[in-house]
Amino acid sequence: MENSVKNRRIRMDASEITVKTIGYTAISLFALSCLLPFLFVLGTSLTSESSVQKHGFNIWPREFSGFAYKIVFENPGQIVGAYAVTIGLTVVGTAVGLLIVAMTGYALQRPDFEYRNKVSFFIYFTTLFTGGLVPFYLLITQYLHLKDNYLSVLLPGLMTPFLIIMMKSFVRSIPHAITESAKIDGAGDFTIFLRLILPMTTPALATIGLFLALGYWNEWYHSMLFLSPDVKYRPLQLFLYNVITSSDFIKNSAAMSNVPLRDVPLETMKMATAIVATGPVMLFYPLVQRYFIKGITVGAVKG
Amino acid sequence: MDSLHPSLPAQPKRSGFQRLMRNRSLLLMCLPAIVFFLIFAYLPMPGLYLAFINYNYTDGIFRSQFVGFDNFRFLVITGDLWRLTFNTIAYNIAFILLGNVVQIAVAILLNEMRAKWFKKTAQTLMFLPYFISAVLVGLIAYNILSYDYGVLNSILQSLGFDKAKVYSNPNVWPFIIVLTYLWQSTGYGSIVYFAAIMGMDHEMIEAAQIDGANAFQRIRHIILPWLKPTFVILLLFSLGGILRGNFGLFFNLVGASNSSLFPTTDIIETYVFRALMTNFNFSMGSAVSMYQSVFGFLVVLTANWLVKKVSPDNSLF
Repeated sequence: MENSVKNRRIRMDASEITVKTIGYTAISLFALSCLLPFLFVLGTSLTSESSVQKHGFNIWPREFSGFAYKIVFENPGQIVGAYAVTIGLTVVGTAVGLLIVAMTGYALQRPDFEYRNKVSFFIYFTTLFTGGLVPFYLLITQYLHLKDNYLSVLLPGLMTPFLIIMMKSFVRSIPHAITESAKIDGAGDFTIFLRLILPMTTPALATIGLFLALGYWNEWYHSMLFLSPDVKYRPLQLFLYNVITSSDFIKNSAAMSNVPLRDVPLETMKMATAIVATGPVMLFYPLVQRYFIKGITVGAVKG
Repeated sequence: MDSLHPSLPAQPKRSGFQRLMRNRSLLLMCLPAIVFFLIFAYLPMPGLYLAFINYNYTDGIFRSQFVGFDNFRFLVITGDLWRLTFNTIAYNIAFILLGNVVQIAVAILLNEMRAKWFKKTAQTLMFLPYFISAVLVGLIAYNILSYDYGVLNSILQSLGFDKAKVYSNPNVWPFIIVLTYLWQSTGYGSIVYFAAIMGMDHEMIEAAQIDGANAFQRIRHIILPWLKPTFVILLLFSLGGILRGNFGLFFNLVGASNSSLFPTTDIIETYVFRALMTNFNFSMGSAVSMYQSVFGFLVVLTANWLVKKVSPDNSLF
């Protein structure tokens, strides 16, 4: 991954210089365009509402103001609740999902497992044919009775066929001889999996765990479908969605801070909420991104 | 194949039950996943029966009137089915083709750079949009495109142009949606191609350089042909999903009820969502889902048949 194709001894001719110039310019511009929108949101969240009304959103606050944040934090109940719900779903969902995905992935690549092709196809077929949204919605709400229950968000996100296939590819690189010799020593399949295989697959577990965790952290779809306004604390992204799409939501929380209706910072509060909801995760991002890169590479090459 | 382990001697045929017992612990390991997919993926499938009835809530599934293919006929007559199919496929073709071209370009250019810190920083930044939720993508688009306060209109005004009414002009949305898609997926997608370039035989490139190949020739005649198989495989794989839409992207960019934009932005997923949550027309939503699943399945079979011809090792089944 690290070293690129080396050509030190060859002189730089015009074509090299052209390619490098295009490369550095294009990549710089694109990388910048990936960062700027976040700065727009951040800048706007720190601007006074009156300045936004006059000059629009901006990257650099013309009139600095922390008013939007003040209101967000004065009634922290909602956002603290949202954080708690999302952290809870992420931790539980990732742990349970990871265990199941790892176990299934391991079993499905064991050459001596006689049902492995049947089970693999059973799982894979779900990516080819689906019942669609309406029957799924009826199943969750009318048959499993999970409406307004956090399980309706937790359960559907536990695993995907893609993650199981990725785990399979990872485990395949561990020689089957390890399993075999442990079996000769009298170890059962569960013991082999827990004691031998799991410790050897930590990079895979990290990658798959991060995919799961990212899925739960950014989850808004099932929350929107299955959690009604009756639910006291909604997951973070649904909370953000409500703040963005319904001005009543902002007006309510401003009213709790005794802010008169005409002074409610409608626009800047959307941005401030987005920053509060996303900022802390952004700090994690540089630490974890290399695990994703690893996972995508393995998944793409062998999946 | 269920071949026995080679080291074992040929064994007499055993009953299914013995086979089950022999594999019980591995089967047990798969059980949670089997139950999961059984409940959340297989149980809803018979629900597609909704597409053939005129579902109403009081009669429920079994006593609602059976109407055969009337729902499909309605979708064809109103033109909805054609519009949804066209939008979904056209967007996906744009996503697949432009997406891969941009990803390949980024991977090749990254490979040409020598400054390590630059490569690292650029990759980290380009990967960033992949990490954020669809909801935040929607807010960012609003931040830029809003009529009253958007950054775009601030820039347009300062340059002396009129403000653009983006959220009521359906014609610009194909560009916005495709650009947003590229913005979000390029960093992620280019990793695959970058890894493929890293896996190249470097001697090949050095030999070409000694023979006097310049940078363009190196890219054109060595790197691009090397990436071709990866490109073809990824292309065919994504062909299989050509009828599946990215609901989060469309829904959060366009909004649930901005119907003036629907002619150019409505895809199968958004239509089904509205049928369920806004219009409560369960049967019509199911009919569209049914059409999507069946048509999509045929496309996958075709794509797989093509993969088999191009590269048998990569075929799905």
